[in-house]
Amino acid sequence: MTEASLPPLPQIGPVTRRPPVGGPPRTWQTGTVVEIRDETPRMKTFRLSLAEGAVHVPGQHLMVRLTAPDGYTAQRSYSIASAPGEGSEVELMVERLVDGEVSGYLHDELRVGDSLEVRGPFGGWFVWNGRSPALLVGGGSGVVPLMSMLRHHRAAGITQPMRLVVSVRSPEDLPFADEYAEETTLIFTRRTPDGWARPAGRLDAATLEPLLIDGATAYVCGSTGFAEHASQLLVSLGAPVGSVRVERYGPTS
Amino acid sequence: MANPFRRPESRSAERDPRLPPGQYDTGSSFPVLTAEVTPRLDTAQWTFRIDGLVDEPVTWTWDEIQALPRSTFDGDIHCVTTWSKLGTSFAGVSVDVLLDAASVSPTATHVVAWSHTGYTTNLPIADVTGGKAWVVWEHEGQPLPVEHGGPARLLVPHLYFWKSAKWVAGLRLLDHDEPGFWETRGYHDRGDPWREQRYAGD
Repeated sequence: MTEASLPPLPQIGPVTRRPPVGGPPRTWQTGTVVEIRDETPRMKTFRLSLAEGAVHVPGQHLMVRLTAPDGYTAQRSYSIASAPGEGSEVELMVERLVDGEVSGYLHDELRVGDSLEVRGPFGGWFVWNGRSPALLVGGGSGVVPLMSMLRHHRAAGITQPMRLVVSVRSPEDLPFADEYAEETTLIFTRRTPDGWARPAGRLDAATLEPLLIDGATAYVCGSTGFAEHASQLLVSLGAPVGSVRVERYGPTS
Repeated sequence: MANPFRRPESRSAERDPRLPPGQYDTGSSFPVLTAEVTPRLDTAQWTFRIDGLVDEPVTWTWDEIQALPRSTFDGDIHCVTTWSKLGTSFAGVSVDVLLDAASVSPTATHVVAWSHTGYTTNLPIADVTGGKAWVVWEHEGQPLPVEHGGPARLLVPHLYFWKSAKWVAGLRLLDHDEPGFWETRGYHDRGDPWREQRYAGD
């Protein structure tokens, strides 16, 4: 059989060789902390000024590397929460994990004026370039890359339809709490604010169905359990499998 | 000024020699990372195909591939997101057995592994032959869970784990390199963890 006669392989997206989104290969650079904001008891935003800058597309992440005096290093990826176009500054929003060696250090020790090693941005799939309608579905800290998309949508005055669904356990677990507007549907799975219309409970088809947008790309981000649940719900409601992009983290339960 | 970052007491002062640079030991957990919706594949319909530059394309059903000589891997796996899982095991069939059945053309230099979801990843033939790659359906003695690529995934443990395509559907033999899903989106073409080949240009 010759190659030319082979059936095309299925594809998730167009397969074309292209340079990394955001420019050429990136090296480690210094990020200086210019602001730290508490989002929830376990989540903080770190605003960094990057020595060399970094042009990102909403949805991308940075690598952060910490080095101990004895040379021991630890590196992790954190999604960028800020919109593109804020000069050389970006914001990372980091959840403090139990025994998280990097997140614990960032939360407990890092101060304004300190610096970190960062590299990136990275990620060429879970990105939104502003040219299609977008349905964003985030669980917990999974809202971070989606917040970059929402902020970009507003800052750039993009008219493509966008809806955001944010699922958290309880009101005090909600990051970016003062930034949500009519595009956002909040889901509280364990406890709602007083007087909240929807009872506490996980995201369900009845809530999600009216939020679907024809022709939209869906971006689902969260823990493995949340991402699995939300992405399967979308498909069961008729969203084409190929229109659902998933970013998940953490172990299987 | 912050207190300096310290190695946590839980991390041995002696770095485990099985850990490539920049990786940490994730212990007993097995993180899940995928870009797409998890497919529900019925083994009654499942197939695995070798085609492209081969004398005879071969397609195996689930029962047929299970009947091939069983082969196991015991060792370590490394994800580009910096976790490594040490001392784990998988069972399935060696890719050598599959390629031999199809009789690879001498002009072939690379494979594209593709999945039932449309995920693809590219590998030089040298990285999937000589006992270095498997199609596996068991993890630590149990059927491979769907979130980890079940019913069957590719296993190429000496490269970063995005090369070990979940829900694998086939290998296509080519006479050139054809970058796959992540390789066209900023990740390294080969992905050797010992050279820390995470991103294009590394």
